[in-house]
Amino acid sequence: MPTPEKTAAPLDSLEIDLREPNFAALLAWLWPGLGHMYQRRYAKGVLFMVCILGTYFFGLALGEGKVVYASWNQVERRWQFPLQLGVGLPAAPAVVQSLAVRRGGELPLGKFMAPPKSQEELSHWHNTLNIRFELGTLYTMVAGLLNVLAIWDAFAGPVISEPGGKERGPPSDDDKDKKA
Amino acid sequence: MLLASSLLAAQFWYSIPLIVSVSLVYGATRHELWQPILYHAWHTAVWMIVFMGVIFAILYAVSLTV
Repeated sequence: MPTPEKTAAPLDSLEIDLREPNFAALLAWLWPGLGHMYQRRYAKGVLFMVCILGTYFFGLALGEGKVVYASWNQVERRWQFPLQLGVGLPAAPAVVQSLAVRRGGELPLGKFMAPPKSQEELSHWHNTLNIRFELGTLYTMVAGLLNVLAIWDAFAGPVISEPGGKERGPPSDDDKDKKA
Repeated sequence: MLLASSLLAAQFWYSIPLIVSVSLVYGATRHELWQPILYHAWHTAVWMIVFMGVIFAILYAVSLTV
């Protein structure tokens, strides 16, 4: 088991205790921001939760709950779903619905996140939702991809974007004095 | 033309939440403190808007010639 000292990510003078990075990454995948909450990085946890889940649910609402579904058959090969699954549990109902369709049983969640039964039904969705179908798909895909970044942040800490690992920010008064 | 402009304007607003969300999350994966996160997010947002603006201008110019 890694000790907190070994998993702490050095970032200039800032040290971050990542606790159990693998467990934190799992939590971050299951529910965006939860991994950071576990690591006691509450502010970032709230930021990830609000931004990622806000994007995901806004997209889902735009598409009236029809834009997230798992389907890999003659009707449609929904390649967008693996990306949407990046948000974790909020996309899980689509898996449940897809499995129910495969078994030929009753859909436990009704039409919510259920795959289309035929090409005609899919065309009907596109006709009625129009651009909101594409936008909803885009929003939910982007949310899933953003959570991949958040999962990596929970696992390894922030990616240092400048050589030397210095925190970048607006120039301080000291910097201005040095330039003068 | 007016209809096309109003449709474009209506669809433009859908990009705002995405730009805000992507910028903030991207900034937060690069820094740990709020000030650098917001600074990075602002720069990312400006970069995305300029990039999309350039693409839009090119496509608009192409559409006028076709």
